[in-house]
Amino acid sequence: MKIIQKTVEDTPFIIAGKTFTSRFMLGTGKFKNKPDVTGSITASGTKIVTVALRRIDTQRHQENILEYIPEGITLLTNTSGARNAEEAVRIARLAKESGCGNWIKIEVINDSKYLLPDNTETIKATEILSSEGFIVLPYMFPDLYTARALVKAGAAAVMPLGSLIGSNQGLKAKEFIRILIDEIDETPIIVDAGLGAPSHAAEAMEIGADAVLVNTAIAGAENPAGCAEAFSLAVRAGRQAYLCGDRSRPVSTTSTQPTPKANASSPLTGFLYENDLSS
Amino acid sequence: MNITLNGKLKEFLPALNLKSAVEQFRKDKTPVVAELNGEIIKLPRWEETTLKEGDIVELVSFVGGG
Repeated sequence: MKIIQKTVEDTPFIIAGKTFTSRFMLGTGKFKNKPDVTGSITASGTKIVTVALRRIDTQRHQENILEYIPEGITLLTNTSGARNAEEAVRIARLAKESGCGNWIKIEVINDSKYLLPDNTETIKATEILSSEGFIVLPYMFPDLYTARALVKAGAAAVMPLGSLIGSNQGLKAKEFIRILIDEIDETPIIVDAGLGAPSHAAEAMEIGADAVLVNTAIAGAENPAGCAEAFSLAVRAGRQAYLCGDRSRPVSTTSTQPTPKANASSPLTGFLYENDLSS
Repeated sequence: MNITLNGKLKEFLPALNLKSAVEQFRKDKTPVVAELNGEIIKLPRWEETTLKEGDIVELVSFVGGG
């Protein structure tokens, strides 16, 4: 009998000490029919889904989103609607009070055109909520200094945007995310926002992202559950490619070819802070 | 007495407690978290929490979100 060997061994996907069997995360917004949320969760095998908090509708009946999320799924409440750290902290505390856990995706946005996250306020909110015992996953613009500050502030993962929220533009921030992946070893890097096709998700995983989060592309699909499964398969394919050593772009050796590393255009000598006081 | 509930000014009879206020405005059994003047009020305290003129009440619940 031929023994089929597993070709690739992966390390477990762990956030804040909790192990997850899927590297695909699902957002639950904008689904036309709530049963499609359940269908998408089941079909994709996701173990982490995001929800939001809003004022109750005092005019009409509101469906309880929690009823459509199967047991055993980790709820990650986002702080959407927060325009600064203070508002994000307020939303996180309300979410915790609801009894649905203390996992928070910090989302601080005060730009209504591009919906770009405010990294400075996000760091502040991460500091406060981590010190209060929340498991904090901050959504951020992929900037290395911010990512380091978030890790220092206690973030359990860092969630750089692939492109603008809901834009389906894909991995426009690829080279900057690649830097985070290269430099941030302490926490997982989860690509969030803008992934519009399974190939985008695969691309993020191929360069070494630990997981991805998708919402709009699935919620807006004709067959959301089928689309969620396609994303999940793409995440697995991309992960396996990464583990097999595919880095998707070779490091260039000539000066005219693109390179994933920076090359200073100004001299790297004669800096003002350099002193040699030996005689 | 006037109370601001979810950003809208509402008129209530005096001596209303938070539990009754929530019941008046909740259209279903969706779990709700309440905040009174910026402070979270835990469910067991809703009945004993009497609202007064000028109070600001926020009632929130979970919705789908990314």
